[in-house]
Amino acid sequence: MKKLFFEYSVEAGNFTKAGDASSNFKKVLKQLNVDPQVIKRIVVALYEGEVNIVAHSVGGNIFCNIDPKSVNLILKDDGPGIPDINKAMQVGFSTASAKVREMGFGAGMGLVNMKNNVDFLKIESEMGKGTKVELTVNL
Amino acid sequence: MAKDNKQFYHALKVSYDSCIGCSHCMISCPTEAIRIREGKAIIYENKCVDCGECLKVCPVYAIYIEEDDFNKINNYKHRIALVPEVFFGQFPAEMSKKQISDAILAFGFTEVVEVEISAPILAAQINNYAAANPDVKPLISSFCPAIVRLIQVKFPALTQNIMLLKPPIDITSLYVRKKMSEEGVQPEDIGVFYISTCAAKIAAIKSPVGEDISLINGIINMDTLFNKVFKYLKNEKSQEPEEVYKSINDTFSGWSLTSGESSHIKGRSLAIDGIHNTIEILEKVENEEIKNIDFLELRACDESCAGGVLLTANRFLVAETINNSKVSLQEYQTLDINHYKDYITERMTIQKVKPRSMMKLDENMEIAMMKLKKASKILQSLSLTDCTACGAPNCQAFANDIAQGNAEINQCFFIQRNKEISGEITVEESVNELKKIWGTRKFINKRK
Repeated sequence: MKKLFFEYSVEAGNFTKAGDASSNFKKVLKQLNVDPQVIKRIVVALYEGEVNIVAHSVGGNIFCNIDPKSVNLILKDDGPGIPDINKAMQVGFSTASAKVREMGFGAGMGLVNMKNNVDFLKIESEMGKGTKVELTVNL
Repeated sequence: MAKDNKQFYHALKVSYDSCIGCSHCMISCPTEAIRIREGKAIIYENKCVDCGECLKVCPVYAIYIEEDDFNKINNYKHRIALVPEVFFGQFPAEMSKKQISDAILAFGFTEVVEVEISAPILAAQINNYAAANPDVKPLISSFCPAIVRLIQVKFPALTQNIMLLKPPIDITSLYVRKKMSEEGVQPEDIGVFYISTCAAKIAAIKSPVGEDISLINGIINMDTLFNKVFKYLKNEKSQEPEEVYKSINDTFSGWSLTSGESSHIKGRSLAIDGIHNTIEILEKVENEEIKNIDFLELRACDESCAGGVLLTANRFLVAETINNSKVSLQEYQTLDINHYKDYITERMTIQKVKPRSMMKLDENMEIAMMKLKKASKILQSLSLTDCTACGAPNCQAFANDIAQGNAEINQCFFIQRNKEISGEITVEESVNELKKIWGTRKFINKRK
């Protein structure tokens, strides 16, 4: 089956660039004639994940795999890791600093919003090593 | 461009006699709908949203807006000029609205009705609509037809956010028709003519989105009428000072200006003007980067309708004039149109706005994937200077054109040079490629 692969690197702490990967990938999905409402779900989840890397990690990468059946995204960062994933999945739970909240991020809805928009979500995290978020949306 | 089927009416046309193939329009087009072929600008019909940016930058007035023959008004016994408030805003203060209206009548119309008289009814309906559809956030105004079309082609997921209510032109026309038929006028005797600010409004009337038929019989471009009326008033001998009178012909609301709409809508709203500003906001709304906004007023032109391409006066001055003569909504409540409020309200909804993405490389996703792969590979071999010598607005658009079979790699100026060096093609062959894009005239040696 035909596949396409895209990779984006995400810089830590740079909110000016946060969303660039999502916007780029959105353009790809539009060019591939993916259903507009499905594109929206993918991009909303991807944007949440991208902002998480910018806000919480020391930097990371996004790997996007597309085939005619599904879109699979892997968001990997190099640390510091999530201490309690279950807690992080709770509505409203946030570790964001005041500075980040002032910019309109970090309301504690990120992972929840991500989960609501995708068909499959898996989060693995190791303190000191990093976090890997994998999500799939069926087409 | 044979692949582009012409299913949408466009008011913007290119005069091939005047076009010098300079590429200004191609570079300014927000949807990359223009290419240069044989020295002339051509418009991809399915990508064009009729915003008029191309017309604004054309140095030789080669892009024009089609209008109906002025004499068409004589086909009707009752000839109504539906005039937007910005038309009146263009005249100097010493020319009153009454004088301007009388001048319009002197050119053959039997009645002058201001488009925005329906604004108070619409404002109330938008608030009702928002309350009835709390899940639609943000609600996007249907006012500007260029924006509705932009969303259809570039932000298809957001078509669901467009409020399904008629714009003021249609509502006012509904009112005029109803009122006249109650007065005993036969429907076929009523000719409603819209004095258009821009190409998008014309396109919306000729091929409406979300409506089966248009309520407008014809279109006169605003500059055409302005030139007639202005000349008429300039040459008129001194007039009696006009009494200030309030009628449907003498009210301003500012609805068509920036914030004119959003200021009447409950909740948090944003008013954005300019098509590039709008695109920036819609990108973020689509990603849900911007949340918790209830209403978006989006207008393609800078200063909204005061900046319409068919206006003659400066947009900032027009906006100032209208703002200075702004009347409150209360003053509108006394208007005759309020007798028809129920009739109008029942007929105000439009059908769902359907997406028609122009970004897709192919209907079939697998083929689109192949084309995307091809386009990215081509892009890597290009100069990325966006020099436009290939007749496309930038290298990315050129790569996509090639992947879709609408262009040849040898049209690239840099590729040509490299191929000449390696002996793959001759200088003559590359010049011939360039001639196909820019026409033969540009290759005549004028230094001789």
